[in-house]
Amino acid sequence: MQKVNSPADVAKMRDYCQAAFARRKLRFLVCAGTGCIAGGSLEVYEEFKRVISERGIDINVDLLFEGQESEAGTVTSGCHGFCQMGPLVRVEPMGTFYTKVKAKDVEEIVTATMDENTVVERLLYEKDDGSHATTELDVDFYNRQQRIVLGGCGTIDAEDIREYFAVDGFKALATILQDLSPEQVIEIVKDSGLRGRGGGGFPAGRKWEAGRNAKATPKYVVCNGDEGDPGAFMDRSVLEANPQSVIEGMTIAAYAIGAEFGVVYVRAEYPLAVVRLLKAIEQAKEYGVLGDNIMGTGFNFDIEVFQGAGAFVCGESTALTLSIEGKRGMPRVAPRPRTTEVGLYDKPTLLNNVKSFAYVPDIIREGAEWFKGIGTESSSGTAVFALTGNIVNAGLIEVPMGIKLREIIYDIGGGIPKGGTFKAVQTGGPSGGCLPESLLDTPIDYDSLDEAGSIMGSGGMVVMDERTCMVDVARYFLNFTEEESCGQCVPCRLGTKQLLEILNDICAGKGKKQDIDLLIELSHSIHGGSVCGLGQTAANPVLTTLRYFKDEYEAHINDKCCPARVCKDLISFRINEDKCKGCTLCARACPVSAISGEKKEVHVIDQGLCIQCGVCMEKCPNKFSAVECVSPKIPVPAKEKTEVPA
Amino acid sequence: MEERLSAVLSPYEGRKDALIPMLQKVQEELGYLPEEAMMAIAKFTGTPESHVYGVATFYAQFYFSRRGRNQTKICTGTACHVKGAARVKDAFERELGLACGMTSEDYEHSLETVACVGSCALAPVVVVNDHVHGQVETGKIDKILEQSIKD
Repeated sequence: MQKVNSPADVAKMRDYCQAAFARRKLRFLVCAGTGCIAGGSLEVYEEFKRVISERGIDINVDLLFEGQESEAGTVTSGCHGFCQMGPLVRVEPMGTFYTKVKAKDVEEIVTATMDENTVVERLLYEKDDGSHATTELDVDFYNRQQRIVLGGCGTIDAEDIREYFAVDGFKALATILQDLSPEQVIEIVKDSGLRGRGGGGFPAGRKWEAGRNAKATPKYVVCNGDEGDPGAFMDRSVLEANPQSVIEGMTIAAYAIGAEFGVVYVRAEYPLAVVRLLKAIEQAKEYGVLGDNIMGTGFNFDIEVFQGAGAFVCGESTALTLSIEGKRGMPRVAPRPRTTEVGLYDKPTLLNNVKSFAYVPDIIREGAEWFKGIGTESSSGTAVFALTGNIVNAGLIEVPMGIKLREIIYDIGGGIPKGGTFKAVQTGGPSGGCLPESLLDTPIDYDSLDEAGSIMGSGGMVVMDERTCMVDVARYFLNFTEEESCGQCVPCRLGTKQLLEILNDICAGKGKKQDIDLLIELSHSIHGGSVCGLGQTAANPVLTTLRYFKDEYEAHINDKCCPARVCKDLISFRINEDKCKGCTLCARACPVSAISGEKKEVHVIDQGLCIQCGVCMEKCPNKFSAVECVSPKIPVPAKEKTEVPA
Repeated sequence: MEERLSAVLSPYEGRKDALIPMLQKVQEELGYLPEEAMMAIAKFTGTPESHVYGVATFYAQFYFSRRGRNQTKICTGTACHVKGAARVKDAFERELGLACGMTSEDYEHSLETVACVGSCALAPVVVVNDHVHGQVETGKIDKILEQSIKD
């Protein structure tokens, strides 16, 4: 079966693909998300191909479609989410889940699976109690999640559309083309309570309705994949792992508002996402589910991919459309018409985030009530987060709205590594805020996070432990927004610069008592006076760290002390005389030769030469731990006057 | 250069709006955007040179001077920052003898920081010649360079 010629063909295509894939008895699924690739997963994949082929098994997938059977095969999939433990391999149908797999382990995995009917225990995930998890269902990181958008991520081969067909792909599109009017589609999206997943949380159904009601033509559907928040990679993973779901969602949206052309705006830094998306578009056209005369119904919709060129502000809808038009991405000044009225090329444009579109096929298939049944009254469905920072299980997660921050960090994330203590969790990127321990029972939904001073954002969640300096974190974000400000309005262009300079001073030990009030006053001016969301929220990291961690600011300003021992100008390194065994490792590693001492004698750091790089502390063996970091700074002794001979 | 430019630009005939893809393709071909190239694009699209330059300088992806044969990018995303990207940056600057944003005199190395490469679970991350290195330790950067720099 090569093409879908009518909506009814989709079910036949599904059965045909399912039957074909079922003819393969075993499948080794290698994660080829960016994280696992960095860990060498492509070499693992090549090795699987080699080892399986060596057994005389033809691994060409197409033979399955010709009705032949196969003993085993291997494919790459998109991101499984558990990036920390990558490269990941899953053996299907049993679901055996291997972590940290290297190419040299492949032979052993294949032998255990195919000849001995056992598992390779040392590559299984080790649980807290020391026992091994055989499948993902047994791993805490996974079994508390509810994966909808990420459902296809890590289970299907993103580069083979037939795998998407096999899991009911394009069934939703077939249903609406056959049975539903555009208005009925919009009604379903409205009833589902889906809110925009880009961070704003605007009800998607209302946006679609506005797009439908706009009079001008042509209309456009734009997918925002300009995931600019540092510390976030949700959209990237969806685009890399299940691009077809985004294509299907956009096509449904196009039918609903009456558009024939769409654009996916992808960040420049995501080359793999672009490759997979282009391939998915090409395959979708080939199979008749995208392009001209979709499924023989006469409905046309085409999608182009636009690569961003590196500007955070282009995540803002008006800046994004200007960027596609080949202009500088500067947000339009209010009062301005909505993008659904005047958007791309000044025509009505429906702009949603990658995840918002990816939810749509599931919502159409399962019904609005099903989606509304997940999550909370005001925020239905699930939320996707990139859980990173000082956390045991870093990766990509999907949880029902309303879950508490504590459950995410401790139950799914496994808490803070190496006995550290939790200090703060940052959500919403540069527009969000840092929440302390006392707010860990805050439920995750748009409104509760807003109330706490942070935002839901698009889904970055960075956990920080006691070694993170909150003043430095605020400075970090301001450094980012100051650089990314497009520069058209004064409050943002100059305000962020002033905030940054004050924060730089505080971190350098030059803070003044009045600085805290000044920071607050400036923050409110920037919030009130800026043109777009970037400026209006730029001060959030400052305001929330001041609200919850004011004592750290005061320590920097009053005592010239950085409690987390991060700010270089406020710390010193020294060697504990009782612990130093004189191994010379630190002295040899010191890039500025500031450490002196003979072998087996106590070493000393010359405070005048030290540049606080911390290499000595890293190098000092754990069993000694003789290098200490202290704050405030150890004063540098004045140079002794040496008599100059006459 | 003229020939190479016209080969790159010809598919965009009549697509004034495709300025950013054009700049991307030209940079892909030449490694950066020399003045002559931007002037050629202005002529090709019939737009003022100031417009082309204005758009190009707005976006972080574009470079205006020749870059090194080996390119090292230090990720400074939030997760990387929390996990010590600043120390990693200092260490690379010392190792290569270059400040971030600079290219060595012999055009062997360029060093820069980037906002986020989206591999946050592996923080801190460094990308050398498109090869992603995760959980970077400052003591091991010589090995990272050894692995990824071109012969």
